[in-house]
Amino acid sequence: MMSQKWVSGRVRWDIILFVLVCVAVMVFGTVAHAGSESVALRGGGATFPAPLYQSWIVDFTKKHPDSKISYQATGSGEGVRGFLAEELDFAGSDAALSDEQIANVKRGAQLVPMTAGIIVLAYHVQGLSGPLKLPRNVYEDIFAGKITRWNDPRLQTANPDLKLPNRNITIIARQDSSGTTYALTNHLSAVSQEWRDRGPGVGKVVDWPGNSMLFHGNEGVASRIKISEGSIGYIEYGFAKRLGLPMAWLENKAGNFVEPTDHSGEETLAHNVQHMPANLRLMIPDPDGEQAYPIVTLSWLLLYQHYSNPAMAQAIKEFATFGLTDGQRSSRELGYVPLPAEIISRSLKALENIQ
Amino acid sequence: MNAFEQAASTGEQISGPPSQTDYLLDRSFRGIATVCAWFILIIVGLIMGEIGIKAIPAISEYHIGFLTGTTWDVNKQTFGILPEIWGTLYSSILALVIGGFFGITMAIFLTQDFLPAPLALFFRTVVELLAAIPSVVYGFWGIFVVIPFIRPLADWLHTEFSWIPIFSTSLSGPGMLPAALVLSIMILPTIAAVSQDALRLVPYRIKEAAYGLGANRWEVILKVMLPTASTGIFGALVLGFGRALGETMALAMLVGNSNQLSLSLFSPGNTLAALLALNFPEAGEREIPVLMYVALVLLLITFAVNMAGTAIMSLTSNQMKAGK
Repeated sequence: MMSQKWVSGRVRWDIILFVLVCVAVMVFGTVAHAGSESVALRGGGATFPAPLYQSWIVDFTKKHPDSKISYQATGSGEGVRGFLAEELDFAGSDAALSDEQIANVKRGAQLVPMTAGIIVLAYHVQGLSGPLKLPRNVYEDIFAGKITRWNDPRLQTANPDLKLPNRNITIIARQDSSGTTYALTNHLSAVSQEWRDRGPGVGKVVDWPGNSMLFHGNEGVASRIKISEGSIGYIEYGFAKRLGLPMAWLENKAGNFVEPTDHSGEETLAHNVQHMPANLRLMIPDPDGEQAYPIVTLSWLLLYQHYSNPAMAQAIKEFATFGLTDGQRSSRELGYVPLPAEIISRSLKALENIQ
Repeated sequence: MNAFEQAASTGEQISGPPSQTDYLLDRSFRGIATVCAWFILIIVGLIMGEIGIKAIPAISEYHIGFLTGTTWDVNKQTFGILPEIWGTLYSSILALVIGGFFGITMAIFLTQDFLPAPLALFFRTVVELLAAIPSVVYGFWGIFVVIPFIRPLADWLHTEFSWIPIFSTSLSGPGMLPAALVLSIMILPTIAAVSQDALRLVPYRIKEAAYGLGANRWEVILKVMLPTASTGIFGALVLGFGRALGETMALAMLVGNSNQLSLSLFSPGNTLAALLALNFPEAGEREIPVLMYVALVLLLITFAVNMAGTAIMSLTSNQMKAGK
């Protein structure tokens, strides 16, 4: 009996210590924070552009030390929810607002495309001598749970030179409400009627096949692919590049297999920018172009048209302008697609609506 | 000059009735102790009440079918937790088998004079130190050490014996087996410590009598000590099982978070606690009652298991005191 008490007593001390540390951090944190008088902007949402936004925030704050901007990568769905509930000052989302949602924002909502990215199918299969090539109906069927093993004849036919292992395919997908999921399912629905009508459909959260592993955020999915043999998952290009994950070449509308690289998104955007609508909600579910990479999405900042504090409106405009001008230069090295000049000029114009 | 001499020289009395202050101290201490004791009961009651009340909308909507459903789809508002109940029980039972075997073996090793006393104390302390390692560290250890370590064996078992249901899928990374292995190490200190106490409670005379009748060491351990301490050891296993059921962080990292019912040791799964931990941070208005319902189910399962364990333990110590 004694040692049982001893064990639980130890655990309780741990908790007490933890609570004390937390309290100390909170107290000192508040004191330190109260010292400065500045504009604080709270943002959150999409995990897809989060690394880029974080680096912009660092660079922007160097130039404007009086603005405090924070961005929490909670997923597009959570960002949209926080924006509609007016809990945030701005939000990031890779799935744009619907007309209905825009109409419901009393302070007026403005969508501003800030960056773009390609979504890659990253995999972890040992002993492959080259990159995996996935025809459109094959990657659709992998994510629909119809192709379940790596040595499936259809995979083998598409990759005659690779020695594919006799293993289960483990799909790694997003658990949280995600714009990345939206962009992928939007693409798959455009490619396949089967997927749209009888499969999982389009959404920020969809019902993946039973054996899929679900994780939070692009970084969560990326790190799971890294440790799970025989897995495949969808993430933004930069996340796969940072972890050194191999990415599949995907077949595009023109029937070519396109390798995801630093430049493959630019080609796609350049070919499809003329479809940009007035509300800047450009979706390219299945892009045209000989060398266009098939899964591309814009990432938007969701801003209010009216801020109660003019300094806040000013700061958010400056930050967005910074991102659209200087910020575009750092986007490629972080794995994002720099926006074409046409989108940038229209985004900058849209910022004039913010007051 | 001490107090006694001082009192003797002045003729004052040392002893006397308790003063008002003594009464006050006594009463207030008693009051505080009573309040604290009740406070614990009230907190437990409040937690259960709060969870129960918040779960009511989900209970009235999904009824008992919640326990047998197999889909968890926020979009379609269909919720079922059979895969999670299965995963919780499966991982805990596996952990109990592995952890129980090692825990009891260790208890025998440390109490039955295999080691000199100081060394036994050292070993005992080391085992109990395992309880001080934070859960998240176990999770990392599982990911970076256990999974790569068991993967070759798992691959071999899958290739050679894939017709056996428990080896029917390949081990991708996170999965039932790594989760259960790490879990078994986490419950090892509880099982080892409580089993040691149970073995120590066996009166020395019983052992002496067995030796006196000509039994050898193994016969004494297996046929006398273990049966005599069996209820206590069983209690240790139940307590360990209770801990395994509620373990969260390491499992959230290792079990794979996959909503499926599978017998395979190598396929990813999910547990109730991991489901709660991973879904709570961004649960919407409609999802919170559902998660509360999950919490209630988990609470009831662990509660039942722990009550059973405690009951069995108190039964043992009563038996021992009665000298049976």
